[in-house]
Amino acid sequence: MSQYRTPILFGGVALLFILTGVLQSWNLSLSILTMGLLSAIMAMGVNMQWGYAGLFSTGIVGSVALGGLGVVLVAAKPAPEGLAAGGWGIVAALIFAAVGIVAAVLAWPRMKPGRMRAALLVVYLIVLFWVYRTILDPAVTAVEANDPTRAGNIGGLGWNAILGWPVGALFAGLAAWIIGKIALGLRTDYLAIATLGIAEIVLMVLKNEDWLARGVKNLGIESRPWPVPYEVDLQVAPWFLTIVQDWGLNPTTASTILVKLLYCGLFTLVLLALVWMSERALHSPWGRMMRAIRDNEVSAAAMGKNVTRRHLQIFIIGSAVVGLAGAMMTSMDGQISPGSYQPLRYTFLIWIMVIVGGSGNNWGSVLGGLLIGWLYLAVEFLGPGILRHVVSVLPFPVTEDSLKDISAHTRLITLGVVLLMVLRFSPKGLLPER
Amino acid sequence: MDILNAFVAFLNFVFVPGLAYGSQLALGALGVTLIFGVLRFSNFAHGDTMAFGTAFVILFTWWFKSMGISAGPLPTALLALPFGIAVTAAFVLGTDRVVYRFYRQKKAAPIILVIASAGVMFVMNGLVRMIIGTEEQNFADGARFLLEPKAFKEWSGLAEPLAIKSTAAVTVVVAAICVAALFWFLQRTRTGKSMRAFSDNEDLALLSGINPDRVVQVTWIIAAALAVIAGTLYGLDKSYRPFIYFTLLLPIFAAAVVGGLGSPLGAIAGGYIIAFSEVIFTNAWKKVAGYLLPADWLGDGLLQALSTDYKSAVSFSILIIVLIFMPTGIFKGK
Repeated sequence: MSQYRTPILFGGVALLFILTGVLQSWNLSLSILTMGLLSAIMAMGVNMQWGYAGLFSTGIVGSVALGGLGVVLVAAKPAPEGLAAGGWGIVAALIFAAVGIVAAVLAWPRMKPGRMRAALLVVYLIVLFWVYRTILDPAVTAVEANDPTRAGNIGGLGWNAILGWPVGALFAGLAAWIIGKIALGLRTDYLAIATLGIAEIVLMVLKNEDWLARGVKNLGIESRPWPVPYEVDLQVAPWFLTIVQDWGLNPTTASTILVKLLYCGLFTLVLLALVWMSERALHSPWGRMMRAIRDNEVSAAAMGKNVTRRHLQIFIIGSAVVGLAGAMMTSMDGQISPGSYQPLRYTFLIWIMVIVGGSGNNWGSVLGGLLIGWLYLAVEFLGPGILRHVVSVLPFPVTEDSLKDISAHTRLITLGVVLLMVLRFSPKGLLPER
Repeated sequence: MDILNAFVAFLNFVFVPGLAYGSQLALGALGVTLIFGVLRFSNFAHGDTMAFGTAFVILFTWWFKSMGISAGPLPTALLALPFGIAVTAAFVLGTDRVVYRFYRQKKAAPIILVIASAGVMFVMNGLVRMIIGTEEQNFADGARFLLEPKAFKEWSGLAEPLAIKSTAAVTVVVAAICVAALFWFLQRTRTGKSMRAFSDNEDLALLSGINPDRVVQVTWIIAAALAVIAGTLYGLDKSYRPFIYFTLLLPIFAAAVVGGLGSPLGAIAGGYIIAFSEVIFTNAWKKVAGYLLPADWLGDGLLQALSTDYKSAVSFSILIIVLIFMPTGIFKGK
């Protein structure tokens, strides 16, 4: 029975998507599938951190957002005037701050411990911050003054969005390197607290720094990832219209479905490549070492393995994979909207996917991503109907609006309860690690 | 005169708000640090425990008001506090029984407890939204000011007003009473001593016949009480919005880590350090500087280090600095 477990469960999930397509619409089914695939990639990244290494990060939403930032900086329309007005001033300020902080970190262990050292550090940091603001502020003002209703940012490179994917992964990996360098090797709780903070700050920067990606004014990108076309272009393309006519389809619906199918294909390719690589890595000496470290840090350290370095490595790789998925998502959405990055959706839901699917098992994460991704979005069209039946037995009338409110709140409670139940009664998940 | 004006402006915009906010953070961080000391995990549900308790305090306040009960010049919420604490403590003990006890008995890794607390956080967050909704609630009543700005101006003859909101005064007084009571409890009573012993060395404490279940239960009750008091004071002083308490989690954790996780004294110091840093870094110093420096030195900036949007960036930076340079915190936690 156990060897049929994986195909049966995946078959069941496929059935859910097919039923959604038949009973609701294929458009809906496919858009849930694209989100499910993206969630599956995010879940794989988290699974590397948690399942391979036992690292708990509460800042996944930050990696997702940084991935999105990578895409818009690569693919947004260039704003040469803005860049010329102050772009280099901003870059100079950021480099100055980075060099200043690195200098402090390097100098600290070389100085004599005591009150003098602490006082010097505080004074140094204040002066550093003041100089940084003196360089940064005029540059930011200049950039944001450039055509604020349409630009007001440093602009992107205007390249194809698919080129932004690795950049997004790189951004997320870089942030993970900084955080991991600080918080790994200390108590395990510290990583959870520090990542909670970094995610909050990434979102704050995206919301408030208009020069970067236009803040809450949302920055759109100019292209779709190659080879996905725009629907409007398809609808006037002669080859497409002839095919549609031959099959007797509606061109508008057919074009949206084709675009979604292309996205699904693209995302599936990335997903399968990642699964293949992770499986290879997991069954190599490196993978065995990672699991040995996770299961017993002390004995792994006694075997001469550098536990903190390996943790840092896997933390960066996992975050980069999440960043890649975030980049793919933003390139599909066509714009970055900082308000949409909810910790609930992109941190804790992903956690539930990993734990439900089976920590430590790559296919488990994929299954969890697709299944929970479907459930989360299906509740939107199934929930109110079910709730209406439930509340119809109540003695007082319930309005549609409060029905929607209640269904949103029940979603929170359901997620929490599912997490607690799986953690307690089935900690190995649907597809346990072999 | 100008120096006095600058001093009053400093008191009005930095010291009084910082003191009130610091007291609220200190109470929150005390709860986190106690849980950490005895149960040995960082409780991610603490922010939502605050929101949960405050929601019940608000409900009881409304009920009291509808019956015509009030506390005179003091906020009615103070009368409702014990009832809110009772409900929250019961709920939190319930979560311990249903969720945490299992992992404790299994001696699971602390990180599993952290994840479980995230699950509890969700459930509580959803419950709070169902009970009281997501809108802002203003439940402060009684006298608005302890010291009216106009009265102060007339009394002192200064150009700069000084206002002390009664909620700020109530916050500081209540926090002082709570801290005194807590330290008395930890230092003088048998249960408090057994809590400290359990926190210092679990095995030794068990050997000497301390009942672990009792210690854990008392810890949860105290943490719940502190959370409800902190949440209510914060809600009175600012206003009550359920989702705000999730964002309070970061400054509270930062305060607990800065002071040293597991150290009650550290949590209090950490609370004030975080609060004053946030206020100092996000305050526009132009007003204070205007009295001290000649006008043409000032320029046209607000003399503000960070915009108020970046408040949590301040607590995060302090957290990071402490993690890099002294990971056990100021008071040498665990």
